[in-house]
Amino acid sequence: MMPPGHIRAPAYLRGKTGVVERRLGAFANPEKLAYGLQAEKRDLYRVRFSMAEIWGAEAEAPDDTLDAEIYAHWLEQVQD
Amino acid sequence: MPHDHHEHLSPSGHPYRKDDDVPLTYWQTMEIAMRELLIEKGETAAAEIARQIDAMDARSPANGAAVVARAWVDADFKARLLADAAEASRAMGFDIGPLHLIAVENTRDTHNVIVCTLCSCYPRNLLGLPPDWYKSRAYRSRVVKTPRAVLREFGLDLPADVTVRVHDSTADMRYIVLPARPPGTENLTEAELAALVTRDSMIGTGVPRAPDLRQPA
Amino acid sequence: MGGQDAGPIDRSQHDFALWEKRIDAMMVICQGRGHFTVDGLRRALEDMGEQAFETMTYYERWVAAVNQNLIEAGVYSLEDLGRRMQAVKARGATYGEASETGASDG
Repeated sequence: MMPPGHIRAPAYLRGKTGVVERRLGAFANPEKLAYGLQAEKRDLYRVRFSMAEIWGAEAEAPDDTLDAEIYAHWLEQVQD
Repeated sequence: MPHDHHEHLSPSGHPYRKDDDVPLTYWQTMEIAMRELLIEKGETAAAEIARQIDAMDARSPANGAAVVARAWVDADFKARLLADAAEASRAMGFDIGPLHLIAVENTRDTHNVIVCTLCSCYPRNLLGLPPDWYKSRAYRSRVVKTPRAVLREFGLDLPADVTVRVHDSTADMRYIVLPARPPGTENLTEAELAALVTRDSMIGTGVPRAPDLRQPA
Repeated sequence: MGGQDAGPIDRSQHDFALWEKRIDAMMVICQGRGHFTVDGLRRALEDMGEQAFETMTYYERWVAAVNQNLIEAGVYSLEDLGRRMQAVKARGATYGEASETGASDG
């Protein structure tokens, strides 16, 4: 179930595993800014996902990629 | 009569839609009311709104094309651009404002394409206003899943040995594609190179024009 | 929205109407004054729901989103807006007539 309100992890990427392409720095949390609230800084990363990871068998080319900027609080470290 | 100098032709040479003669809509009513309230409350002035419209009209993909052409001829600039595109663009004299800009490079085996699925974020200061299709639901929903099919609609058919990378500007970054320099352009000037760079090639739904094979006498 | 099915991409381009450029300008100016961020606009657009894509054009959705944010920021009240919209509508039946204020700022 998608949480209510303005959240910054796009629905199509939720639950998917990718690799950090680069760290972008710390930015004011948009989920607070969206409601005009005081926003603390949160770490932002570019994360790269393979199309196969996101779309499975429907991917046109499994090794094509999708990069998105995701805030740290939406990321979970995957155990190797 | 309103003395608004924007009434005549749009920068593309087409007449503005005949707003003045069409029936007033609810949302146009809101726009007029909003504008008047903002002016009355001292938030802005008619002159500032007009200046902002002029500034927007003055921005076109030519800015981005100039940055691309510079990167093609100057390896140091290209490195700077790929490391920090905002800083490099500013160094060329373009006002990026507070944007964080990332340039992604097309190579022989990588093709990049940009989208904003959450709204329609776009590097406006370098490319001007985004095209209608970039803002459309069809583009935004389909390009993250079937970029190759979308690119084929734009006339770009990529071979299987090229990797497609889609960039969704979900947060504070804006993106510009650094397209690959077309072959046969070794003798062109920077300005001639810039003329080959299309807006769509900087979004990723196209590639630069090929140089004119007929050389002027 | 990413990954949802959608039809072919319409590549036609309309020239922006003056009222649309004005909305864009007000959005940039008000953001610059710190009344809201792009996140607030995104959130207001999301809250309009999928329906809004069927019933409203791009700049109609944006004037609604900017307005929502301005009201929340307290720049003007909903009552102010309502009163002014009535007055605007009463000026005439076309955009040109309704923009006519007779004020010196043109």
